[in-house]
Amino acid sequence: MGEHPSRSENASAGGRGVTRRHSPAAGTGVSPGSYDEPPFGGGGALPKKARFSMESGFRGLSVAAGAMVLVIIVAIAVFLISKALPAINADTENFLTFKQWFPNETSPKFGIAALAFGTVLTSVIALIVAVPIALGIALFLSHYAPKRLATPLGFIIDLLAAVPSVVFGLWGRDVLMEPVRNFSAWLNEYFNWIPLFGGDGPFGRSILLGSLVLAIMVLPIVTSLSREVFQQTPGMNEEAALALGATKWEMIRTAVLPYGKPGVVAAVMLGLGRALGETIALALTLGVVFTISFNIIENGGNSIAANIANSFGEANATGRGALIASGLVLFAITLVVNMAARAIIYRRREFRDSAA
Amino acid sequence: MSLLERESAGVVMTPDNIRTKHMPLLVNLGIALAALAVAAAVVFGASIGNWVLVVALGVVFYLVGLQIVAGRIEGRRAARDRMWKTLIYAACVLAILPLASVVWTLVSKGASRLDGDFFGSSMNNIGARDPDGGAYHAIIGTLEQVGIATLIAVPLGVLGAIYLVEYGRGKFATTVRFFVDVMTGIPSIVAGLFILSFWVLIVSPWFNNGTPRFSGFAASLALTVLMLPTIVRSTEEMLRLVPGPLREGAYALGVPQWKTILKVVLPTALPGIVTGVMLAVARAAGETAPVLLVAGGAASINFDPFAGGQQSLSLFVYQQAGDASRYAPARAWTAALTLVAIVLVLTIAAKLLARRTSLSK
Amino acid sequence: MAKRIEASNVSSYYGSFKAIDSVSMTVEPKTITALIGPSGCGKSTFLRSINRMHEVLPNARIEGSLTIDDQNIYDPDVDVTAVRRLIGMVFQRPNPFPTMSIYENAVAGLKLNGVKKKSVLDDAAEQSLKAANLWNEVKDRLGRPGAGLSGGQQQRLCIARTIAVEPQVVLMDEPCSALDPISTLAIEDLMFKLKDRFTIIIVTHNMQQAARVSDKTGFFSIDKTGDPGRLIEYDDTQKIFSNPTEKKTEDYITGRFG
Repeated sequence: MGEHPSRSENASAGGRGVTRRHSPAAGTGVSPGSYDEPPFGGGGALPKKARFSMESGFRGLSVAAGAMVLVIIVAIAVFLISKALPAINADTENFLTFKQWFPNETSPKFGIAALAFGTVLTSVIALIVAVPIALGIALFLSHYAPKRLATPLGFIIDLLAAVPSVVFGLWGRDVLMEPVRNFSAWLNEYFNWIPLFGGDGPFGRSILLGSLVLAIMVLPIVTSLSREVFQQTPGMNEEAALALGATKWEMIRTAVLPYGKPGVVAAVMLGLGRALGETIALALTLGVVFTISFNIIENGGNSIAANIANSFGEANATGRGALIASGLVLFAITLVVNMAARAIIYRRREFRDSAA
Repeated sequence: MSLLERESAGVVMTPDNIRTKHMPLLVNLGIALAALAVAAAVVFGASIGNWVLVVALGVVFYLVGLQIVAGRIEGRRAARDRMWKTLIYAACVLAILPLASVVWTLVSKGASRLDGDFFGSSMNNIGARDPDGGAYHAIIGTLEQVGIATLIAVPLGVLGAIYLVEYGRGKFATTVRFFVDVMTGIPSIVAGLFILSFWVLIVSPWFNNGTPRFSGFAASLALTVLMLPTIVRSTEEMLRLVPGPLREGAYALGVPQWKTILKVVLPTALPGIVTGVMLAVARAAGETAPVLLVAGGAASINFDPFAGGQQSLSLFVYQQAGDASRYAPARAWTAALTLVAIVLVLTIAAKLLARRTSLSK
Repeated sequence: MAKRIEASNVSSYYGSFKAIDSVSMTVEPKTITALIGPSGCGKSTFLRSINRMHEVLPNARIEGSLTIDDQNIYDPDVDVTAVRRLIGMVFQRPNPFPTMSIYENAVAGLKLNGVKKKSVLDDAAEQSLKAANLWNEVKDRLGRPGAGLSGGQQQRLCIARTIAVEPQVVLMDEPCSALDPISTLAIEDLMFKLKDRFTIIIVTHNMQQAARVSDKTGFFSIDKTGDPGRLIEYDDTQKIFSNPTEKKTEDYITGRFG
């Protein structure tokens, strides 16, 4: 809708276009100069658009707000990069491949190899655990549960997505650690020929514990998005499958899952994004050891975010720069993941809306 | 006879062929019990684990047994249908267990310090052997920090969304929208790092005679960075849901655009916008990482968000969780319970409001 | 191959709501039967009860008996999926599976039933697409998405999909109402051709279509809103449209109501 010429403050909406100041057009009929009210029809002249008015003011304000967002993010990027580069330059080891973290020394040595590894490993394991269960719950809510059960259950799952991560971290450390320790000991006893479960212990504050807590945090997101997608399966495709003589599961496999695949992929990626950026839950449950190891049950494990939380207190300028650099790497990874997920969702929405 | 009938018997139906036997419920239960029994015998007989392993093995044996028995009675396809149904139900049970545990622990452990002292006092002068101490200062901190963040983020976010929906055309709007999307992905700790480096270490010394100052306000700034993109996007969605004819009707009556937005579009979208804001506030209240970095985590009550360190409820939980005192866990859990209560009340209210809103997707 | 269907005092309930009341009719093999009547009077409900598709909605049940060749399809030990393979259905809006190609759509029913051998599937796809008068138009692009066809072609694909599992009865629920007149005629021609192999029952709003296509016609109606639907008259199409017995039928045919 185009812009509307502005009116003076006294004009009322829906009025006949009465304005206190307008200039008569040349050569038109009646001259309105002698009275306040213009002739019926306005005298043939439209009021000039005022230069500064509520309209341009309001518009300018909103443009400024939009620009502000841009300014903020550019500022963040510029500022962080300017802090990170000197630290990386001061690093005497390779930032990407070195495993230890000693940025505060006179000869700084630090690298994100162990941190990035831990970040990715915990997130991947969390997804491996959470996604099948989330899909199962989503299918249950969309196709197996009676309506009266499905709606409140779905509501509760949405609520769980809102629980703060510090609560899950606390629970993970106070309640889940003991069972995980026992489970790890059991795994170690019978399966230590698999490198994942090897080692001699102690067990407990491990990647396994952190990943399980992450899995519980990621579960609600993936579940509610997948459930939405499954519910949107066109009913007529479901009926077509049933009319061909399919059992319920066969119908789901033929009509629901293929239709929902892009949406599920997007949901999983959004869950991945959340897992990658998670700080506090991992800070409370990981053992904080700077190694790269596939052993998930021994005390150990670290992630970029957890490291920032643990190390910022004692960091000097270089140390802070190093933490910022690692944070930027994390941001880059989550950015790619989130953008990909959003691209899938937007494309899906257009496809669906245009097909409807 | 068609090729189909010749090659794949049993696919083509005739009326005499449509009967099948159904597996009675008792048989189903029987398989389950037998599976559990066998699992128990194996596990305890060979001493390879505890009752958790019995249940896990029992489920596996049940599925195997189900496939065999139901396959015999009802046919392979029906048996597979049963198996998947069992797996789906099992997924739900598996998920309920930890979630119920979290809720149970919150309530049972959190109840221990639900006393007036907890909500009325701070951690000032509380030593390691001191059983007292409370979260009053933390609650104040959370309220102030989130409140200030909301005061900044909401006008900025709503106006930004108005720009994107009502005025924005062309490359600038696309760029802004893209960067809003980018902003939604900022990990909260990175936002905290930014405010730490920028505000606390560079800007605040100007106001503080050269020394950096941790403050509640710094935390508010970090929370603003986190809340802003969420508010922009949810407001944008709500504004887009306002029907075009509603705006056009106002324009056709000669109402200027800014007035249309303020008097027609915003009020229509308001419940949805409020919902989005409430959800953003709930999320901000639960954020620990940025507050950890910039607020200072003070032990005493501080009503001034601009001076001196401040505590927040989520940070309080984190600090008490790491505290070695044997009275700390109780405080941590009660604070966690309080925090969850606040967040859930906000979230539930937001979702109920969303249901009653006249605009829907 | 086609079989006789006998409905005897069939009443259909959703919970406590009675949708159709005491419908009795006999459908002879290799005929086309049309069910006509105003909206909401139970034609589709009755049609869906023949292949037990009405059970998809919760709390659905049937009273009375529905037999195919004297086998009651509502016996407790009857397998629903078998009934639906025996009695196929084509729906109002063409609904090929959007993620599958034309070929995959045609053999979808067979794959569901565990047929894996490529030669069998290829042969079945070709036969059913030929039988649905679609083969010549798609034989060079079997791998393209099923949803990329025009409306009329999609509906013929759905028909091919239905007959690929070699049912004995084919039910059609207003198969042409979403199509243009040319496609409609194509489907009607197809119905004549399929009559040789299947018993066909169609529900249609289009009286002219019923008159063109069917051998026998059943007229459904309700007394007033909220009442269950009833079969008012069931007879040879010729008779229904020229000289109906019931007054209600005559009123509907001549357009006095409906």
